[in-house]
Amino acid sequence: MLRYLLGRLLSLSLSLAAASLVIFLVIEVIPGDPASYMLGLNATEETVAALRADLGLDGTRTERYFDWVGGMLTGDFGTSYTYRVPVAELVADRLWVSLPLAAIALLLSTALAFPLGTLAAATRGRVTDYGIMGATQLGIAVPNFWFAMLLVLVFAITLQWFSAGGFPGWSDPLAALKALTLPAVALALPQASILARVMRSALLDTLGQDYIRTARAKGLSRRQAVLRHALRNALIPALTIIGLQFSFLLAGAIIIENVFFLPGLGRLIFQGITQRDLIVVESVTMLLVFAVILVTFLVDIAYAAVDPRLRTR
Amino acid sequence: MIRFDDLSLAIHGTPILRGVTLEIPAGRIVGLVGESGSGKSMTALSLMGLLPDGAETAGAACLDAENLLQATEARMCGIRGNEIGMIFQEPMTALNPVQTIGDQVAETLLIHNAAGRAEARAIARDRLDRVGLSHIGMDRFPHELSGGQRQRVCIAAAIALHPRLLIADEPTTALDVTTQAQILDLLKGIVAEENMALLLITHDLAVVSGMADAVAVMKDGEIVEQGPTAEVLTARRHPYTRALFEASSHAPDRDGRDPQAPVLEVENVLRLYPGPRKGFTRGDPVRAVDGVSFALRRGESLGLVGESGCGKSTLTRAVLGLDPVQGGRIALNGGAVDVHMPKARRAAIQVVFQDPYGSFNPRWRVDRIVAEPFHLFETRPPDWRAQVAAMLEAVGLSASDMEKYPHEFSGGQRQRIAIARALVTKPDVLVLDEAVSALDVRVRAQILDLLADLQGRFHLSYLFISHDLTVVRAITDRVMVMRAGKIVEEGATDAVFNAPSHPYTRALLEAAPVLEVAS
Amino acid sequence: MPRAFLIGAVPTALFLLAALLSLAWTPHDVEALQISARLLPPGGDYLLGTDQFGRDLLSMLMVGARTSIAVALVAVGIGMGLGVPLGLAAAATRGSLLDEIIMRGNDLIFAFPSLVIAILITAVFGPSAVNAILAIGIFNIPVFARVARGGALSLWTLDYVRAARVAGKGSVRISAEHILPNIANLLIVQATIQFSLGILAEAALSYVGLGAQPPTPSWGRMLAEAQTMIYTAPRLALLPGLAIVAMVLGLNLMGDGLRDMLDPRLRRVRA
Repeated sequence: MLRYLLGRLLSLSLSLAAASLVIFLVIEVIPGDPASYMLGLNATEETVAALRADLGLDGTRTERYFDWVGGMLTGDFGTSYTYRVPVAELVADRLWVSLPLAAIALLLSTALAFPLGTLAAATRGRVTDYGIMGATQLGIAVPNFWFAMLLVLVFAITLQWFSAGGFPGWSDPLAALKALTLPAVALALPQASILARVMRSALLDTLGQDYIRTARAKGLSRRQAVLRHALRNALIPALTIIGLQFSFLLAGAIIIENVFFLPGLGRLIFQGITQRDLIVVESVTMLLVFAVILVTFLVDIAYAAVDPRLRTR
Repeated sequence: MIRFDDLSLAIHGTPILRGVTLEIPAGRIVGLVGESGSGKSMTALSLMGLLPDGAETAGAACLDAENLLQATEARMCGIRGNEIGMIFQEPMTALNPVQTIGDQVAETLLIHNAAGRAEARAIARDRLDRVGLSHIGMDRFPHELSGGQRQRVCIAAAIALHPRLLIADEPTTALDVTTQAQILDLLKGIVAEENMALLLITHDLAVVSGMADAVAVMKDGEIVEQGPTAEVLTARRHPYTRALFEASSHAPDRDGRDPQAPVLEVENVLRLYPGPRKGFTRGDPVRAVDGVSFALRRGESLGLVGESGCGKSTLTRAVLGLDPVQGGRIALNGGAVDVHMPKARRAAIQVVFQDPYGSFNPRWRVDRIVAEPFHLFETRPPDWRAQVAAMLEAVGLSASDMEKYPHEFSGGQRQRIAIARALVTKPDVLVLDEAVSALDVRVRAQILDLLADLQGRFHLSYLFISHDLTVVRAITDRVMVMRAGKIVEEGATDAVFNAPSHPYTRALLEAAPVLEVAS
Repeated sequence: MPRAFLIGAVPTALFLLAALLSLAWTPHDVEALQISARLLPPGGDYLLGTDQFGRDLLSMLMVGARTSIAVALVAVGIGMGLGVPLGLAAAATRGSLLDEIIMRGNDLIFAFPSLVIAILITAVFGPSAVNAILAIGIFNIPVFARVARGGALSLWTLDYVRAARVAGKGSVRISAEHILPNIANLLIVQATIQFSLGILAEAALSYVGLGAQPPTPSWGRMLAEAQTMIYTAPRLALLPGLAIVAMVLGLNLMGDGLRDMLDPRLRRVRA
């Protein structure tokens, strides 16, 4: 078990190192000088030179990479050029919008998908199954940002139950949660559709396994066999999908934040792009990648908890 | 008492069983014998009420006076595991991989409310001890156990509540011969001890002959003959019983051959696998093949027997020049055999594999399949189609089969195609890697005859690899016994079988079920 | 032929035809802004009405279909063209350094949330349809590599592949003759899935302004432009959204149908 954990931890660090290198190199290949790119065409030579010094562009490429990575390890993400504040500060504020949004959406999608997928598998080939499968087929096909617009149209504009956008901050937790409700629903529904379908087919797969037949021969009813033997085995493929979904949810959150004018990481990174604030783009990207890799690591640990075959490896 | 009375079964309209009538008296062992697809397992599953969807039954399957075909699902859940226990063929997949073996045995007791949690665990421990797993902890997971041990766990779970009938569906088919003997002994002991009836389903007459009080022979969903075991096997009244019996102990006619010069020489061959990971280093490499030497003479048939994991497959791959060796040398007609050997040399050694279903690219037609080894020639012979046709006829198929796809053939016919493919380059050595192991006995006998016939006609030398001692005895001149990467005994087949010198060979021979040829 | 395939084929074929037709003809010019004709209701000269700039909605949907399909199709091509050979090579050299490098490279791409690749690319090269294709295509590579490797690995253990090795064939030849034809089913099904995901991704990218640039119409940007009008003219937001849903739903149904048709394992279960 310890060896398995250490192995995963090593792979986590290697992935992070590789990802940081890729991000750094992509930003580096920008044609011309990053400082003049950021300042645009009208910049004077002095301001460019000042920014170069600011960005630490005077060193060699290797020095710059290790400066950047070393800074991040100590919590120093550099200073935003446009906002004139440390990126870490900017990010910390935005994180409190994006992270809860993704987490609520993940919870919502899992809470919806597990019972639906199980129900569909249990009623395989009957009306309930077809109903659930039809609905999830539709759910997968709906772009989440369009679904978000429909939610705004119905629940914010017509029914006026929610506000159409904006975020009041966490000083009033109830209002904050309310502001995140529609975005989270918009994010969760397509993901829940995918997860429910995976859950259904994973369950049907395990129901065909020999150990289910053994269980039935011991006197378990069909339902008992599903609850006691099939579910835990079906969890293994479902976990994989939940891990992958976090990545999709983060990407989705970036877009959904635009629909609801939420001040999250997504808005930050787009402002970074339009204002050519490469330091913000670079650091926020790295942060998102870090989140995905971390979740992958957590999923690996969850695997080991579910599947004893991994523990002894 | 259990009774099948005129039981018929159809699945989605296709008839599977017809008028099956069979009695299993309390405390007796009844063998149900037949080839694959004869309906043996379906007979058992109809008693368990575990038939697949779309099954329609007629007649009766009775436990005492109660017809279980009419019983409700709730009633059947009360009977399964309680009155009737069942174990299956494949122990590797029959247990839930994410649950401990103790829990899986105790579950039988808990599900029938026969004991509280603590008591159930105590009983489960006791049952695991009874099946010979006293040295195995309750909290072990299935993947930590061997196949034989897993089958013992299945037995423990099936007998936890002392059912009146235990159904064993090919319980030892997936196991090695020594393990098979142990499991059969265990079943026999438990049944006698608990006065339990046993329905033993198997394709192997030899297994039945040593175990069962009574035997029923099944063919195409019907029982063609039944009675006390000794009587059925001695009298063999029904022609099908006779055919099965003869095929099971079939030995093809083979000419005696004088020893000639070696065609394949294996000298001190070593095959290593990387050792198990230990942190960031690895343990000592595993010696899968450990200093093996032998010579295959021209026109000879040499057997290689051993249980799974003994290294015979690894040795086979090395002999075929598919994997590199880490020591020693292999020579074919004097030239070195390795991964990079010239194509002409490779053409002189060909192979037939076990699985008649995975042996062919399903998208290719038979002509292309059989012609594939022509790749070993500089150019494909201009009359290649005629050669393929001739080879198909030589193995008992027809030239018109060239236009067909593999799925249009039966298992036996596929094995003939595989032989034709192996012989199309006119090799000197044919490696038969469990080539008849997946076949039913009657088909197996036909293929053995074919192999004996081809050997004379094409001057072939056979390296015959098998776990099945009966087959090896029937077709080989000399035999080697392999264990843990080493050849432990080698000699003329008759001599080795009649007077084994190595204890392992003796153990193997004793474990193998024997079909007594009563006069 | 499965019903799902036929039902899915209807909207897919419809949009394909519309996209092809738009190359030669559209009811109105999609680039001409006509303030006099702004926000006309459906009917008459404008079958689906006009937007706030007086552009014909039907014409825009037709050209939008073209953009979506082109982007998604080329992205699938990139993914297949690079991913499948990589997956086959990884499977053929299973456990080797090459296999390890390919698989770790896959993991690395998967570590980037899909849109983040697009953001990085646009941050560097500026937003355009071509960069959207690149971003979606790069994300498709590991998907196809994994599917190809997984399918190929199970085939490499089969006896007919061993027989081909005994017949002296090398890994490249075996991959081409025995492996690729037998995983084609898997790849075709995956291609329809990635195609539909590509449509969704293109819509999302152009919605946030990282996809096709004005004046080229695209479904995603139509939605972005409609967002401020959602109260006055919800039709502008509904129609492009429905177009996306119909196209993606059609492709997914076709994929499901194809899988049922091509997967012998499933066919056996049904028989």
